[in-house]
Formats: sequence, C-alpha cells, structure tokens
Amino acid sequence: MSDTDRRTNLPPLRLHVPEPPFRPGDPVDYSHMEIPAAGALDRPAVDAPAATMREMPYGLIRVLDGEGRATGPWNPRLEPERLVAMLRNMALTRAFDERMYRAQRQGKTSFYMKSTGEEAVAVAAAEALDRDDMCFPSYRQQGLLIVRGWPLVDMMNQIYSNKADRLKGRQLPVLYSAKEAGFFSISGNLATQMPQAVGWALASAAQGDTRIAATWCGEGSTAEGDFHAAMTFATVYRAPVIVNVVNNQWAISSFAGFAGGDETTFAARALGYGMAGLRVDGNDPLAVYAATDWAAERARTNHGPTLIEHFTYRAEGHSTSDDPAQYRSAEERSAWPLGDPIIRLKQHLIGLGVWDEERHAEMDRELAEQVKAAAKEAEKNGVLGIGLHQPFDTMFEDVFEEMPWHLKEQRAQMRAERESAGI
Amino acid sequence: MNMIEAINSAMDVAMERDPMVTVLGEDVGYFGGVFRATAGLQKKYGKTRVFDTPITECGIAGVAVGMAAYGLRPVPEIQFADYIYPALDQLVSEAARLRYRSAGEFTAPITVRSPFGGGIFGGQTHSQSPEGIFTHVSGLKTVIPSTPYDAKGLLIAAIEDNDPVIFFEPKRIYNGPFDGHYDRPISPWSKHEGSEVPEGYYTVPLGKAAVRREGGDVTILAYGTMVHVVLGVVNDLGIDAEVIDLRTLLPLDIETIDASVMKTGRCVVVHEATRTSGFGAELAALVQERCFYHLEAPVARVTGFDTPYPHSLEWAYFPGPVRIGKALKRILED
Repeated sequence: MSDTDRRTNLPPLRLHVPEPPFRPGDPVDYSHMEIPAAGALDRPAVDAPAATMREMPYGLIRVLDGEGRATGPWNPRLEPERLVAMLRNMALTRAFDERMYRAQRQGKTSFYMKSTGEEAVAVAAAEALDRDDMCFPSYRQQGLLIVRGWPLVDMMNQIYSNKADRLKGRQLPVLYSAKEAGFFSISGNLATQMPQAVGWALASAAQGDTRIAATWCGEGSTAEGDFHAAMTFATVYRAPVIVNVVNNQWAISSFAGFAGGDETTFAARALGYGMAGLRVDGNDPLAVYAATDWAAERARTNHGPTLIEHFTYRAEGHSTSDDPAQYRSAEERSAWPLGDPIIRLKQHLIGLGVWDEERHAEMDRELAEQVKAAAKEAEKNGVLGIGLHQPFDTMFEDVFEEMPWHLKEQRAQMRAERESAGI
Repeated sequence: MNMIEAINSAMDVAMERDPMVTVLGEDVGYFGGVFRATAGLQKKYGKTRVFDTPITECGIAGVAVGMAAYGLRPVPEIQFADYIYPALDQLVSEAARLRYRSAGEFTAPITVRSPFGGGIFGGQTHSQSPEGIFTHVSGLKTVIPSTPYDAKGLLIAAIEDNDPVIFFEPKRIYNGPFDGHYDRPISPWSKHEGSEVPEGYYTVPLGKAAVRREGGDVTILAYGTMVHVVLGVVNDLGIDAEVIDLRTLLPLDIETIDASVMKTGRCVVVHEATRTSGFGAELAALVQERCFYHLEAPVARVTGFDTPYPHSLEWAYFPGPVRIGKALKRILED
C-alpha cells in the first residue's frame, strides 16, 4: 500500500490558531485563571540549583492577600517608610503618565506609552536593585527612572524632543537613555536589549565587578530570536543578570497566546535553559520586590541568572496610537482579578496603620502639582514641532566619533539648501 | 607572516596593550578558530578574555554590544561572513546607531571580524561578499585588508577605534596573494610585498587608501583579493593602470580616488560581490559626480554576477582575469 492510499483514511490536518478568551462585547469571566493564595509558594534558598525548584515557574509568587495583608515566606518585611516611598514612586509614575498622555492628545508630542497597571513591575524592581546595577529596559519601565530620581523635566524634554532633550531629538518619545541612572538606551527593535544586558553582565563578571544587570521585555517579544540567544548566553556563562518578562497579556492587539502563553507559562521558558524561573503576581509590589531581591542576591553571589515572569495586565492601550476597544473586551480591565498595584499597596499600608485615604489623596494632589510644574518647565524648552528643537547641524553629529567627509558634504548641502530657501 | 598570522598578531598586540580588549566567537577559544586566527590567545590571556560562544550570531553581536556598553572592547568573530545575517539587527539597528540615538552616552566600539569572499570552493554559503550591506548603514565602518602588513595595522586601528567596525578578511588570500589564475599554485606570502610584518605595535589608519601601482591610462578601484587579481591582469596585459587598494570602504578615501581619476580620465571598479546595488555602484556614482569632466569613458564595473555563488561554476562566477581584461580593453578603446 502506498503512503498516498493509507493517508486517504486520515482526517485532514487542522491548523490551530490561538484565540483570546474575550473579544469586544464579550462578558468577561476569569474563573479559568488559577490564582494561588498569597503566601502559598515556598521561597527557595538563593543558591538552590534550578533543577530543585521546577514548580516555581508554574506557581505565582504572591505576598499581598485579598485584604492587603502581607503573608508567607516571600514577604520582604520592608520598613513602612520604604513601602510609602514605593507607593509614592508608583503614584508618581502614574501621574507622569497621565500628564504626558494628555500632552500627546494636546499635540505637544507625537506619541506616548503609559505603564498604567504595571507600575509595580518597574518601581518595585528598582527598589530591590542597587542604584548602580545596570538596567536594559523595554519601553514601559519609566518607573525605573522615577525611582532612581532622574529629573522629570529631563524625561519630558525627551518626550517633547525639544532643544533641551539630552538625546538631541533623535529618539521617539519614551525611548529614554540615562547612563547616570544606569538606564540603557532603549531600542524600538524588540528584545535586542536582552543579549546586550547579558553581555554587560558577563563583562561585569569577567572584570570581577559586583554590579549586576537586569533587563525587561514584553511577553510578546519572548518570541524574538534575541530573547533565546540571551537565555542561552546567560545560562552558559552563569551571567549575573535578571531577565524580566512582563506578561501584560497583550502585545499591541495580539494576546499572549501568540507568544506561546496558551501552552505554558513564560517563566517556564527558564526550565529548558536550566535557569531559575519565578512567576510573580506583577500587580503585587511586595512580590515583585521579593522576587527581584531574591534574583539579585542569586546573581550577586555567582549563582547565575533568573527569569522572572511578571503576570500583570496592560490597563491601557499599547500606545497613544492604539485603540484596545477594537480587539479586547472593555470589561477585561475592571474585572482583572489581581487588582491594581497602587490600590493594593495603599490598602496594605492602611492595614498597617501607617497610611490613610486623606494622606493618599493629598499625595496624589501633590504629585499632580509636581508633574504639572515639571511639564511647564519642560515646555519652556519647546514641544515637538514648534521650532524650539535642536540646531539643524546636530543631525550630522554622533553618527561617528569624528565626522567623515561625506557627512561634512551633506551638512554643507543642508546649510546651502536652508540658506537659499531663506530659512 | 601570512595574513592569518598577522591578524593573530594584531589581536595579541591589542590585548597586551589594553586589558579591555576581549575576543569571543564560535570556536575561537581553546581551538583557536577554524582558520586559526585566534590560536594561542586563550592560553595567553585566559578564558575570560578569549572565549567560545554558543552558535548564535545575533547573540554574539548583541552580547558584544552589551560588553562594549560596560566598557570592554570586544572583538567578536563571525566564522564566515555568510553567517552574519542573523547578527544584522544587532549590528545595523543597535551597534551602528547606539552613539547617535543616545547622543554619545553609550557607544559600541566593537570590531566584528569575519572571513569573506570566494575562490575557495565554499559554495553559496561560504563565499559571499556582504560588504555593500554594511556600507549602506550609517554609523558602521567597513574595512578590508589586502596584505598581511595592512591586515595587522588596520585591525589594531579598528580595535582602537571608538566606532563599530566590520572587518572583512579576504580568506582566499589568507595564505598568499591570488592573481586570479585558479590553476596556478598559491605562492606563499613570504615571497611577496606586504608580508613583512613587524612583531610589535603599529597601525594603518582607517579611511586611507593605498596606491598599489602608479599609472596614467586608467584608475582601477579594488579591495581585498581583487587587488592582487587586478595587479596580475595589468601586468599580464602591460596596461599603464593606477591600482588603488581602498582598504577602508567607509569612510572612503575620496581624495585619493578623485586625484587619480582626474589624472587618468578613466575608471574601472572591481569587486567580487554581486553587481546590483553593490559597493561598485556607489564608487561609480561618486566618480561620475565628482570627476565627470575629466572622464574619457564611462566608469566600468567588473563584479560577480547577480546569482548566489555557484559551487561547481565558481570560476565562471569569479571576476577573474578574462572579465577584468575585457573591461580594461573596452574602456581604453573608448
């Protein structure tokens, strides 16, 4: 019997195309989502071999329970002052996002990306890292700069691409670079920062330094080859690096299933590489802090890299150019069972008796004023498209350390063009 | 020294002088590289400065960018230029633009070494000349030596350079110059000019071409293996040609080119890479723009064909003496 004859008896093959659980207009029911109780997961020793903690990437590290109480072995037991500082930085990040979102809507810049709902991912991680550890972020970790005290006005100058923009108006808004703050220049090409972070980390190790690196990408970009190259390098050389995957459920309009999230967890990617993998409630600032702190200590003591999946939800659109109402149910955000990171930390602090609604409201007012004042300051340096930009000659600078003849010729051409046009 | 020994010596000197210089790539460590270019370096400088990598070109390039951001001077090897494409995004979108996009906050002083070019029966996966892809990218320097002396001096200069450099090594002439006659045995470098390589430190500056032969009737622009093929043809045919070895494609030594073409009035560009949108097109356009009123004939291009490199028909593909000779005769008759 030929192969062809035998195959006539088989049903035709079918292509599986993943589909998110809810589309616009659908009622939302998250009962299929397994959410382990806060405090339920063990906290392995930081030097535990990856092979001994294979259940970690399938669980969910949670510290704050439904009532905002901190519980379990991952409770970092931070001083109330530090918790208030963390709350404040998350609220400042949100206030900053709000203001810049409106600035984009007012036509002051071309583009903006909020981190609403994901503030804990960057802020709590930055609290757990040392100030001189090097961060290789993606585009939704503005909280790192906020925690490290990078001036809001500088961030805004970058967003406005104005004459005071340290990046000379060359980068899209939010693709910051701040070497002093240990914040690597952000690329628009996805996951390219992952092997770069690993390279930085292994350079640090090779030099006998004590600093470590951390990097962030979205769950969608884990499909990029760079992510897997980074994981291989990180494992092979036991690089002192923390690989953060921010699973906010949506890569523009593609849900996490298109990156493989329907079949396994993103934290479980670590297992195939022999790496430690932690899956964390990304809306629980204490859990994010604790996991980052654990991974940082592991890296700093030469026990190698950790992959942390931050399980969270992108409460807003991908960017100001995106309308999530076109592809997901409007109820998803309000029904998200892991809540809002700021509200959860606020509830926790109120429970500790060190915070109250009045103080919170007062803080929000104060932060809004702070952001407003910074925006006014930044706008004095110009907003996109009104002429207060970098001098035209800067276009040709920094392509090379020294300008070669062909760029000098092109610069002269531009000057002549502008002169003849009377500009 | 042959060219491999010269390249090895360049890395040795650079590593000795600067503890930040670090060599990485597939097989470069214990084994010393499939072409032996890194032989002995791991033994001398240790495993944290010379190390083998996983087989992932995007990883090698990306890790090198991160190492450079830390403050090292990485010298990654891509085993064959044909395999550089998975690393393209890291080189083109990251290394090349890091200085620009961060306004000088971060730089990527990496030197990517890679053997390139054909004539070794490497088929379509071990023979390509992708230099035109890199010269098209703002922010990268592209360097191609043609002698052991230059290879060492240019490589040290590239490693010391603060911009990312793509350093393509013409593997056909690793062991001796090649005049294009594939049926003749390769004559070792020791019998030729350019093989006397000082042991210690010296540099050949990037961006400066070399006039390999002075002449009055035609200017020939070439680099890498083709410099020797062109010299062989010119001598065989007794043509009074000026042969310019570009050495650095970007930044290009335009002054030397301009002066020569204005003197000779004719120009032929020779490279192994495919013709369409190749670097020869850029050279021909530049010469036409800058020297048009001095030209007595159209600028001619002699190149590989616009096909992949065919294994069994390699010598029909290769722009050898016959193709170059015909082009020269035609342009001199014009």
